[in-house]
Amino acid sequence: MFGNKKKNAEVDYNEIPAHIRRRPYYIIAPGLIILIGIMIPFITAIVLSFTSYSFRMPKFKFVGLKNWIKMFTSDDFWHALVVTLKYGLGATAVEMLLGTGVALLLKKDTRYSRILKVLFTFPLMVAPAIAVLIWQLMTSNTVGVLEKVLNIFGVYNFPWAASHQTALFTALVIDAWVNTPFVLLLVLAGIQSLPKSPFEAAAVDGASGWFTFKTLTFPMLKPFMYIALLFRLMAALQEFGIIYALSKGGPGDTLMNISLTAYITGFTYQKLATALPYLLVLWFIVNKSAKFLVKRQRQLAKQAAGQ
Amino acid sequence: MIEGKKRGAWGIAEPILRNLGLTLFAMFALFPLVWMVLCSFKSDAQMYNTVFAFTPTLENYKAVLVGTDYFKAFFQNLVVAGGAVLVTIIAGVPCAYALARYNFKKKEDVAFQILSFKFAPEILVILPVFLIFQKIGLYDTYFGLIWVYQLITMPLVIWVVRGYFEDISVEVEQAAQLDGYAWYEIFFKTLIPLIKPCLVSSALLAFIFAWNSFTFPLILSGFKIQTITITALRYIASDTVHYGQVAVASTIAVLPEVVVALFIQNMYGSRRQQSSAASRMKCL
Repeated sequence: MFGNKKKNAEVDYNEIPAHIRRRPYYIIAPGLIILIGIMIPFITAIVLSFTSYSFRMPKFKFVGLKNWIKMFTSDDFWHALVVTLKYGLGATAVEMLLGTGVALLLKKDTRYSRILKVLFTFPLMVAPAIAVLIWQLMTSNTVGVLEKVLNIFGVYNFPWAASHQTALFTALVIDAWVNTPFVLLLVLAGIQSLPKSPFEAAAVDGASGWFTFKTLTFPMLKPFMYIALLFRLMAALQEFGIIYALSKGGPGDTLMNISLTAYITGFTYQKLATALPYLLVLWFIVNKSAKFLVKRQRQLAKQAAGQ
Repeated sequence: MIEGKKRGAWGIAEPILRNLGLTLFAMFALFPLVWMVLCSFKSDAQMYNTVFAFTPTLENYKAVLVGTDYFKAFFQNLVVAGGAVLVTIIAGVPCAYALARYNFKKKEDVAFQILSFKFAPEILVILPVFLIFQKIGLYDTYFGLIWVYQLITMPLVIWVVRGYFEDISVEVEQAAQLDGYAWYEIFFKTLIPLIKPCLVSSALLAFIFAWNSFTFPLILSGFKIQTITITALRYIASDTVHYGQVAVASTIAVLPEVVVALFIQNMYGSRRQQSSAASRMKCL
């Protein structure tokens, strides 16, 4: 009897059996395998960036850091980096300001704002490449409606994507058209989830509209704005579709950001190994800023929740 | 009550300014779509000398749809995007469930890793994939494209659906467990019906992202499989641009998305879903 009891005591009943402990891993396995399977090329990319691989020649050899050094010493790379940052930061800034502004205008629940909320999602659904086509119809100097509007103000043959000075502007307009609704909807979801009582208290105390916005609305909306910022900045830094469809990076190299430079080097010139370091730098920038923003966002969300 | 306190002049000016601002943005957001539809009904001649007043014609629609492969591209895009969403639902929803309910080592790391797939530059992934796919014969196939599309659809569905699972109280599961159901029975018989509306809306959202993908099909599909985003660009690339046909091509590419958008809006009507989506975003 006694021995039996001791034997029982050795079994820890609080410990979860192994087959249950492992269960979550079984469940997530299929999803992870599919995703990781597709990420194997990523490792291939790092390895190949140290070789002389090209689509034209089947044979290749290790060349060490040659591709990397070549990239850092070329003007093309620094130009591409500047364009990437200009486009990424410019598009994100415009979309954040416009999206947040319009979301605040939509705050009041009227019939007009309810209809607009539905309609504003439409551009968000449009593929970037198709958005470019739609804007070609708008901006074309022969058939576009914008040319006719500009004619009223005495501006003729506005060059849009065809000139150095206005190509970036044109791309940003299209990007803002597609993506501002994304920021708008996220911030609006945030506005609708705000608690009522602090605002009632502020109104009772006679706080001005600006003061309420500065001290209540804005801090509480910040976590939502950070999510929008995170997704927009990540996408805008690596934008490819809009620029490719608009002008393939042109005129000249005006819109050649890192994604486009790498695509053209890798595909058009078929020098894959030369293109890969560009993309790895882009990945580094995107990943680092994503990590930073996610960290900041968590802090802010905790602050806003009063913890 | 609070409104009544406002100073007179601002009280009148505020709604006017607000609606003015909204109308301006509405014009920016919606007019290009209206213009696209208008252009699709204009004949080539009318394109140049009319703005709003013209006699509508269907000749552009005839030119794009009859005797071309635009319809084929439409159908193939449907297969690729639909297939991608289907695979995502089958493999991703259990994944989301495990991330919501179970506690296991490195859970948050796995979750962030899945999200970070969304942030990997598409071209960086796709250049080596192109290389490998050509070697193993997946280039220009449905299988290859659907697999790669998982990078778009899977992180999205996992993150959104995980939030919905977290919103369902554990007691529902415990009650089912007491009744003697195994964990997979609980999953299929009680949880899936509960999250069904949310599941449908996030699947539709994933479908749109897959439908819109440009980089993947640009590099990974050739003559056999064409998606609509790539095919539509042909209409602007030719030397003599038929703007009417460009308009038709874009209208048809946008059509399914508008239908889906309206559908999602209807589903998101209920307050509960809105608040849960918001809470999900907050605790990302």
